[in-house]
Formats: sequence, structure tokens, C-alpha cells
Amino acid sequence: MSKDLLFEIGAEEIPANYMPATLKQVRDISEAMLKNNRIAYEDIKTYGTPRRIVLFIKGIAEQQADLEELVKGPSVKAAYDENGNPSKALLGFLKGQKAELGDVFIKELSGVEYVYYKKQERGKPVKEVLKTLLPDILTSISFPKSMKWGNKSFRFARPVRWLVPILGDELIEFDKDGIQCSRYTKGHRVLSQGNIEIKNASEYFDKLRAGFVIADQEERRSLIRRQCEELAREIGGEVLMDEDLLEEIVYLVEYPTALIGGFEAEYLRLPKEVVITPMKEHQRYFPVVDKSGKLMNHFITVRNGDSRFLETVKEGNEKVLKARLADADFFYREDRKESLDNYVEKLKNAVFQETLGTIYDKTQRIAATAEYLAVVSGLSEDGKKNLLRAAYLCKADLVTNMVKEFDELQGIMGKEYALLQGEDKEVAEAIFEHYLPRFAGDCTPETLIGSILSISDKMDTICGCFAIGIQPTGSQDPYALRRQAIGVTAIILDNSVFLGLSDLIETSLKPFALKGILKGDERSIKRDIIEFFRQRFKNVMIDRGFEYDIIDAVINAGFDDIYDSYLKIRELSKWKNRDEFLNILGSFNRVSNLASKAKSPEINESLFTEKAELELLHAFGKVNAEFEDCVNNREYEKALKLMITLKKPIDDFFDSIMVMVEDEGIRNNRLGLLKSIENMMIKIADLSVVVVNKIS
Amino acid sequence: MTFQEIILALQKYWADQHCIIAQPYDVEKGAGTMSPYTFLKALGPEPWRIAYVEPSRRPADARYGENPNRLYQHHQFQVILKPSPDNVQDLYLGSLKALGIDPVRHDIRFVEDNWEAPTLGAWGLGWEVWLDGMEITQYTYFQQVGSIDCQLESAELTYGLERIAMYIQEINNVFDIEWVSGIKYGDVFRTAEFEHSKYSFEEADTGLLFTLFDQYEREAKRLLDKGIILPAYDYVLKCSHTFNILDARKAISVTERTGFIGRVRNLARLVAQGYLKQREEMGYPLLNKVVFGGEENE
Repeated sequence: MSKDLLFEIGAEEIPANYMPATLKQVRDISEAMLKNNRIAYEDIKTYGTPRRIVLFIKGIAEQQADLEELVKGPSVKAAYDENGNPSKALLGFLKGQKAELGDVFIKELSGVEYVYYKKQERGKPVKEVLKTLLPDILTSISFPKSMKWGNKSFRFARPVRWLVPILGDELIEFDKDGIQCSRYTKGHRVLSQGNIEIKNASEYFDKLRAGFVIADQEERRSLIRRQCEELAREIGGEVLMDEDLLEEIVYLVEYPTALIGGFEAEYLRLPKEVVITPMKEHQRYFPVVDKSGKLMNHFITVRNGDSRFLETVKEGNEKVLKARLADADFFYREDRKESLDNYVEKLKNAVFQETLGTIYDKTQRIAATAEYLAVVSGLSEDGKKNLLRAAYLCKADLVTNMVKEFDELQGIMGKEYALLQGEDKEVAEAIFEHYLPRFAGDCTPETLIGSILSISDKMDTICGCFAIGIQPTGSQDPYALRRQAIGVTAIILDNSVFLGLSDLIETSLKPFALKGILKGDERSIKRDIIEFFRQRFKNVMIDRGFEYDIIDAVINAGFDDIYDSYLKIRELSKWKNRDEFLNILGSFNRVSNLASKAKSPEINESLFTEKAELELLHAFGKVNAEFEDCVNNREYEKALKLMITLKKPIDDFFDSIMVMVEDEGIRNNRLGLLKSIENMMIKIADLSVVVVNKIS
Repeated sequence: MTFQEIILALQKYWADQHCIIAQPYDVEKGAGTMSPYTFLKALGPEPWRIAYVEPSRRPADARYGENPNRLYQHHQFQVILKPSPDNVQDLYLGSLKALGIDPVRHDIRFVEDNWEAPTLGAWGLGWEVWLDGMEITQYTYFQQVGSIDCQLESAELTYGLERIAMYIQEINNVFDIEWVSGIKYGDVFRTAEFEHSKYSFEEADTGLLFTLFDQYEREAKRLLDKGIILPAYDYVLKCSHTFNILDARKAISVTERTGFIGRVRNLARLVAQGYLKQREEMGYPLLNKVVFGGEENE
């Protein structure tokens, strides 16, 4: 026999962006709990609205499965004394298992006899077990930020106000810090009056619907989507759907009704982002575009309620948007009364970070790094002029009225105002691009100047923060350094450029060193930054589908040039599953193992006398120089092919030569040869960490 | 509804919910939270229910009386419910009804917004309440005040009175708000707005203000050393306001700024500690006051 279980946690409005992760957590926690407690079920689903988190388990068993488990006790030797009486160890075991002496039996394990006990536990009624499991679910959920209220012993995203746990048609009764369980849930905050009684779990969704709550988020999502599309179609347009915004709205409303509003067409003169930003970011409205993709003077908002008094809601929202657009329009006109150069002056009063100075200081440092990168990348003189101009102007928009009000518009306004004051298009574009990528999956700059500027800005932030000891720890990363390092990595990879990280770091770190604000010595700071990049690079490579061991093999052997490391990883990944490559791993591992004992890679040819060692010496001598050329030219495929030719001489060497002989001279010489071979290999990768998946 | 009717309606409503109706506290401050009726009373185990209007001065927001939405001084209606009752959201919605705003006719949403005041060492979780897309109230459950964990959490409701009035009266310029029939907000405040703007941005004697800041800070510390808490807190408020004027006047450099904020926060923390100690020594006299929902001992 099975029943359905409903567990509704009623709360004050939980932040919309917490919900997707919370629902997944509740699912995972419940799944693990049911498994650990031997409770069978058919299906687990979780649902959420702003005011409720719902766990719904279909076909949950009424009885826990019985437990039968063999528990191993002490060895027979330890369990009984010479007279056959139980020892302290055995008595302790019995006590721990709540067992009698007669309950245990003896069984052999790997040649040793042990005392065993067959633990058996009758399954309890699930209804009883749930009385402790459900409160645990409640207190196991973790949120990005949680709070205390009303002397409760646990924290939650917002105050929990009611709990409805129903198994079939039975109420599961427990009390969590004074929050009483009951059959009574609440409907929509204003459309539903009083409490709603849930007689059995299966009627929950219909009862809520009658109370103006659509509990299933997917139903709300498709409802909102359809409503928005219809409204847009009615005015001959299309809704500019944004899945992130849609998801947020799904968890802001329990009973969605979309409505369309308008604003004065004159605001369409403003740059498109200036109109869209207050709509989307501030008001959670969807913009509407016409058939040609041009913004229309309409917006769609989703009300949490029914279609009554829609006109009032519409007018209110129109008024709010109008005020916002009027502000934006005012800022747009005001901002243009001054040149960007004037705003740059104002950056001298805008703090970047207390110790690191003003944003103006930052732009100067960005320019210095950019100049270095211009040389490295062979930028033309004209290009360099534009680059430095863009570096000078790139942060100017931060002190404009528009960006102060709508910070999402940073870079976008900078570009807009630059174009309006007649700056070179390349300069304007670089101002916008230097913020790219802004989030995971965002595009990287398309222009070289934008790329250089973006790297320079991000390196300045990373090096500056490391310089004064505010690097990320755990979940703390206030300057988003991880995101910035990933951004730098992505730009380098997208542009396929070779760039020495330590030189770049040294360049970006220099101004802080000159200013004498380094917290710690420069070399260890540099090392920390490289290590920081190494970790980010590893993550980027994993995200791109490369295997851990190949990544480690390459970056353990050396890490300074991101693109170069990437090429090695790419090449090595191609080889990984070829037999010829797998076959050499064992040989090279033997080389590495012994090479670690070598004092130096020095070789005295005259000390080699055996045939196999001479052959290995010659084989190595033949490929070494060419191998090095290949590595210098980054022809890794060719280099690996050369390396493989050493397999036979290496194997022969180990077959017939004893390396660790008494004679120190001979021993060191043989070790020296192996060390030289290892030194060669390591120029590509440390093959000893490559994992062989294939069982041969 | 006139501006003054809005205030009266809120006072009546919250008085009916067993709040003390207090008058504004007479030291300059940037927000209703800074009143000792909130800042200090939020600390410790004693219950507290209060509602009051708080004129709030923000020199940097001054606009010479020319901006339709921004003011040197605006008015907050502040409610503190400690401990926060289980039905606090319903109570809040009830207050909107008292203002003639029927939730059924509008779209009311609680949108996540977490409040933080670094100078007070205070933070909490909550929402901004939206009425048809407009933010009308800040709603916070205090978690920490004066860098001290709240022992008994309060719910704080802060209504933006001018915004609500503009909504109810359907006007777009704050100075057009009808205070009472025939008298507009501008009639009462426009000159003050202009003069305080002029003072904050142009006339404030920065040398004098820096000296005053130091003296206020010294006086606060001296009083704290003697265990005289409430007058000490007045001087903390004065420090804060003095800092705000200097900041608006752009007299505080980028590097000095954090230092000044830290000095005020430090004083706020000392006051909070002193206040808690004082209440403990007094045996927490408000613990069982029946008016706040407790049980009278006698």
C-alpha cells in the first residue's frame, strides 16, 4: 500500500532568485533521507511560489523496509580470553549493538575469524518516521542569506508561518519551535479569504488553484509566456523574452496576469539600453519590439493577481516607468553638457579601493599595462593612439548621472557618449568592450584594442587586490576576482595569443610595488597570482570538456602561457586514447621514478659501456635537439611523435641495465641520462599523472 | 487624502495595534532608524512597539528645491514591532487599507531588499514593498544593531511619506503635495530646501565642521566613560550629521571617508554596549509591560 505525501512550508515572501536552487535542494535532501531510512516511493517533485516550498512524494510506502545488516565485531582472538569468556572488547560491541552474547556468530574474513552480529530492525510505520524527517528537511535547507526570527532555533530565508504535512489523508503532527502543523494552508494573499483545508494530499493542487494560487512553477512559466506573447501580438509586436527575468517573475507571483502598458514614444529617441534597463532591471517588465526588431513604446508586466482592476495597476506602473524614463532622459541631456574628459577629472574623487586609490589612478595603471600589451601584440601606432585614448576614457561614464543611477549601463553609456562627442569608433567600441565578459557565457571583446583594455583592467584589479592581501577566500570574493581571471583567460584563448603570465603580472603589479603598498614580498604575491590563474585555467579547461589528468599533466609541468598550455592540453587529449601513447606511459613512468633520484642531469659519455645504455643515449641524442625545436615552435604533435620513438630503447634499457649499482660514478651517470630524458618530457607534460582508463 | 491626513491615519492605525505614538526625536538624523526609539530599543530582550514620523536629513540629496523627487529633508513614518508578531505582513497590509489603498485593487509585492547601515553597524533582511511597481515601504527584520546580534528580532516598517502622498494624490512633483487643503508641501518647505541646499553645497564652514566632529566624538566618549548613554548617543547622531554635511560639501577625501565612517560605527557600537549593560542593570523594566503584549507581573 502506498500513499501520497504533501509537505508544504508556508513562509513570508522568499527571494525569487533563491527558489530554483532551494527546490533542487529539497528534492535532493528528501531523496537521500528516504533512501537512508529505507522508505520506498514512486516519484519526488518539488514546487515553489513566493510564499511556499512544496514537497510532493507520489506513492510513498506506508512501512519502512526491514533492516538486515551484518555487523562485524572484534576478531575471535580479541573477543574471548583463554577460558572462552567474553572480553571487554566483545562486551562493548554487544552493548553498542544492544545484542546478547548468544546472538553473535563467528565468520571468517581474509583468513581471520571475527565475531559477527546480524542486525535486524523491523521497519516502522512511515507516518511515525516522517515526524522526525520532515522537521529535519525544514532545517536542512540552506539559503544564500538566512535570518533569525521569533526565538526560533533554526534560520530560514524569511519567517516560516505555517506547515502542512499530510500523508494520504492523515495529518502528520509535529511542532517545530512553536510552528504548528495543521491541515490549513493559505491561498493568494489578497484574493483568497481565510484558511484552506487540505483533506488529503492529492486535492492540494486543486484546492490551491481555487484559492488563486498556481503551485506548479512550470505551469506559471508557460502561462506567463503565453499571456505575454498574446498581448504583444495584439499590438503587432513581439515580446523581448528574457529567460532569467521570466524565471524571476515566475517566483514573484502566485497567480499571474500579464498586462500591457505604454509610455510616450518620444523616449524611443534614447539609446535602446537606456529604455530597456529601467524596464527590465528595475521594474521587471518585458520590452516589446516590432516586426523589424525595433523597440516599441510598450511594456508588459505581470501582476500577482486576477484581471480585476487591471486598469489601476496598469496606470500605476505606467506612472512609475514614466518617472524613470523622465529621469533617464534628464540624465542623458545633463550628461552631455560636459565632455567625457571632464568626467575623467571627476574620477580623481571617486574611490576604487581605499588603499589602491581612485578610479583615476586605476585608469593610469590600465594605460601602463595596455601599453605593454600593445608592444607585445605588435599594435600599430594608430592603434596604440586609440588604445591609450580609450584607456584614459574607459571609466569616465562611472561619474555620469546615468551610470550613477543605472549602474548596469556602465560601458554602454561610455561608448554612447564617446560617439556623440566624435571620438574614433574604435575608441568608443573599446570603452564598451573593456567590461567584457560581464558574466559566465558572455562574449569576449571583438576588437584587439578592446581585448587589450579588458585584460589590462582586469589584471589591475586582480594584482591590486592580491598586492594588498584581499584575495578571494571561500565564498568571499568582493571584487569578483575569480570572474575577472576567467575573463582574462577567455580573452586570451579566444584571441589565440601567446602571452607570458608572469611578465604580465609583473607589469600590472609594478605600480603597487612602486607605491610601496605591497603586503608581503613581491615574489610570493606574484606566485600567488599565478597559482590563482592556474586554478581558474583548470576550471575553464574542465568546462570546455578536457579531462582532469591531462590538464594536470600539462599545468603541473609548467604554467605561464595560457594559450600554450591550452595547445598542449588539446594535443595531449587527442593522443590519450591511442594505444601507441598508452604504451609509452609505463616506460616513461619508470624513467620519472628513477630520475627523481638523480642529483643532476649531467652525463659522462665515456662511462657508458653497456649496449642498451649506449643505444638509449644515442636515441635520446638523436631526438633531443629536434624535440626542443618542436616545443619552441609549439609543434606538439611532432614532438610527441619523436618522444614515442624512445619507447623501445627505454624498455631495452630497463630490461638489461641495473641502474642502482654500487659504483657511484656509474650510478649517477645512468640516473643523469634518465633525468635528461625526463627534463625533455616535462617540456610538454608530467605524464606520470595521466590516468590510464583502459584496462589492458 | 492630504499629507497630514495620511500621517494621522497611520498614527491612528498603529496606535490601535498597541504602538506608542511618539514624536520625532529632536537631533538631526538621516533616517528614522537612527532615532534612539529604534536604534537602542532594538537591542536586548525587552519588547517594544512604537510608531513615529521622522524628518530625515540627507544633505547629499539636496536639490535646491528644484527636483520633483529629491529632497534635503524628507519624512519617514517609522514603525517598530518587537518582537515581530506572526501576522506582521497582514498588519502592514491593514495599514495600507487605512490609507485607502485596497490591496485587491492593486498589485502589491514583497520584493527582496536587504537593508544595511554601515555607520550603525546594523543590517537586516526584508523587502521593499511595491505598490503597482512603485516602492512605498522598506520592510526589515533586524538581525544586528550596533554590531551586536539582536536578541529579540524586530520588524521595522519605514514608509516613504512623500512617495505615498504623491501616489494617493496623483501628482508628479513633491512640492505639489497637498499638506492640508490650500497649503502645499512647497509652501511649507521650499525655502528650507533651497537654503539647506545652499548651505550643504556652498556655505558650510568645513573647518568648523571638522572641529565639531572631533569635539562631538570626544564628548560622546567622555560620556560613555561615565556610563551616561543617552546623551552620548545624541553626540553620535551629531557626528553622523556633521559627517553627512562634510560629505555633501565634498570636503572629505576618498581616503578619509572610510575612516570617518569607522569612527561613527565605533561610537555606535560603544553606545549599544553601554545601553545593553544599563538595561541589564535595571533588570529590563519593559519585559512584562502588558501594552506590548506581555503579561503584567502585578
